[in-house]
Amino acid sequence: MSENILDVIDLSVEIPTRHNILKPVDGLNFNIKRGEILGVVGESGAGKSMAGNAIIGLLERPAHIADGEIWLNKKRIDNLPAESMRKIRGKEIGMIFQDPLTSLNPLLPIGEQLTETIIEHLKISKKEALDRAITLLEEVRIPAATQRINAYPHQFSGGMRQRVVIALALAAEPSLVIADEPTTALDVSVQAQIISVLKKICKERGTAIMLITHDMGVIAESADRVAVMYSGQIVEIGKTYNIIKKPRHPYTVGLMGSIPALKGDNERLVQIPGSMPRLNNIPPGCSFHPRCEKAFEPCYNKRPLLSKIGDSKVACWLYDEGYKNG
Amino acid sequence: MIAFAIRRIFQSIIVLLVVGLVAFAMFNFVGDPVDSMLGQERTDADVERVRTQLGLDKPFPVQYYRFLEGAIQGNFGISYRQGRPVSEMIAERLPATLELAFVSAFLAIIFGVTLGIFTAIYKKGWAANIIMTLSLIGVSLPTFLIGILLIYLFAVELSWLPSFGRGEVVDLGWWRTGFLTKSGLLAIILPAITLGLYQMTLIMRLVRSEMLEVLRQDYIRFARARGLKDRSIYFRHALKNTLVPVITVTGMQLGSIIAFAIITETVFQWPGVGLLFINSIRFVDIPVMAAYLMLISLMFVTINFIVDMLYFAIDPRVRLEKRGDEK
Repeated sequence: MSENILDVIDLSVEIPTRHNILKPVDGLNFNIKRGEILGVVGESGAGKSMAGNAIIGLLERPAHIADGEIWLNKKRIDNLPAESMRKIRGKEIGMIFQDPLTSLNPLLPIGEQLTETIIEHLKISKKEALDRAITLLEEVRIPAATQRINAYPHQFSGGMRQRVVIALALAAEPSLVIADEPTTALDVSVQAQIISVLKKICKERGTAIMLITHDMGVIAESADRVAVMYSGQIVEIGKTYNIIKKPRHPYTVGLMGSIPALKGDNERLVQIPGSMPRLNNIPPGCSFHPRCEKAFEPCYNKRPLLSKIGDSKVACWLYDEGYKNG
Repeated sequence: MIAFAIRRIFQSIIVLLVVGLVAFAMFNFVGDPVDSMLGQERTDADVERVRTQLGLDKPFPVQYYRFLEGAIQGNFGISYRQGRPVSEMIAERLPATLELAFVSAFLAIIFGVTLGIFTAIYKKGWAANIIMTLSLIGVSLPTFLIGILLIYLFAVELSWLPSFGRGEVVDLGWWRTGFLTKSGLLAIILPAITLGLYQMTLIMRLVRSEMLEVLRQDYIRFARARGLKDRSIYFRHALKNTLVPVITVTGMQLGSIIAFAIITETVFQWPGVGLLFINSIRFVDIPVMAAYLMLISLMFVTINFIVDMLYFAIDPRVRLEKRGDEK
């Protein structure tokens, strides 16, 4: 087993409001290994992006890390002062945002945005930085990179801009890249290209990627492992094949059932009744129990913890030995 | 770009012609200059003679044509009151107004932009709150009141600074400047603050709100995620994006600094063109008034032209669109 790049231990994010404290992320545990793509899926508001922002240290106040630890390359980073964290951002953790149309500064040529990032972290000369910028653009397969280095963002298409964003995230060779919905704003055909660029980089450089998305297609295409999030918690985590073919948690089962199959009869898609609880109204016990068909006695007041079932880890009382037959 | 510039210059000329026409037409109704020139004991023959002399007996279009003809050559006729060429009187007083406007604009832009950035970055700090509260005063107090308050405080109570005039000036031949003498420099402080305060607070509030808007943008978050320094994020990424709207408004404000100088010049008895204009209104000195209005509109038009050209320099998107336009 190769070493862990990222270790997240019991991570909780809190947002204090006037009335109470919201917990968009509640006790997250996972790790990502070198050269591994971990897909993080869940509905909107499940806390996926919040977790990503917490790791890279970009939570916007009043949201803050309330509990837990984040370790990057055997170094604890959740308690670092702002300036040390800034040096880690871009250098050790890269981030890719959802919308390539708004992620780039419209008034600066892409070459300049690349070189400023490179020079900031690598302390090399402007000339070397420029060469590196061109190499990066070639690596994300932007045609005629040398000619386009001085072009402005609006002269690129959406897919090309997302490649530039990826190049920017990779500028200083980070060991971890957090990709927050990198394909959501793109055409389906372009999505596949972007995913293949990400996969290539991950394999060639051994970069660990945390791929946040709600698109199971993207996950199936690219992720090595998947973490399924529901109202701030991981309900199931395991190898992609297992999650897709042998989902265990009732929520994951519902999630997989809601994907239309291309072959076979067009049965009605499975619909999970109800919607995810609001942050100020998370039910006690398993937060999924109001929507769960299989909910039984312990689900209403005891919170299940992630435990190993087969190759995966699942947080569900259904698989608990003590309750299994009871 | 060049085609665009030429088109804008052409539009500017039309604007000037229209302003000239409106101004000229208006002045026909402000009163009869001959009345104030000849006094009580005039005869009808005197009146006729003066009217012919001034060309006032000609029909309106002819008068306007002759006015334009002269104006193009820099000749705005003879002042009815002083009997001197208007262009000479304006040239004599323009340096005073331009120096005042320049210092005011300089103060307004430097402090406006700096404080705007400061209050945007530290939007919840106590210092920013104090500045924002004080800026309300700057926006809401009328210029003449600010001037009088400043005179009361710094000239009357503390007697640190002079309350009127321009101090000693040095004649450079074509330009009389107050920048080279101590009394000239001291004299410009209060009027410049009075004139620039409103513009400064306006620029500051504009920069602040634009900056807050820009700081919410994705590319700023992305710049942070790339680990760039705060300094680079604020000044390189954010400030440049706030500049386009700020330049538009600032350009307009520079024009109004020169136009509003009338009030400040009156309060401080500053010997500039504004004061000349006020005095000429009293005597229905049409050539002076017309020349002043033409001058102000020329400045507005020029500033607007420069502002339009600055968009090209700052925003690559405009540059490309326009280039596409020309093909």
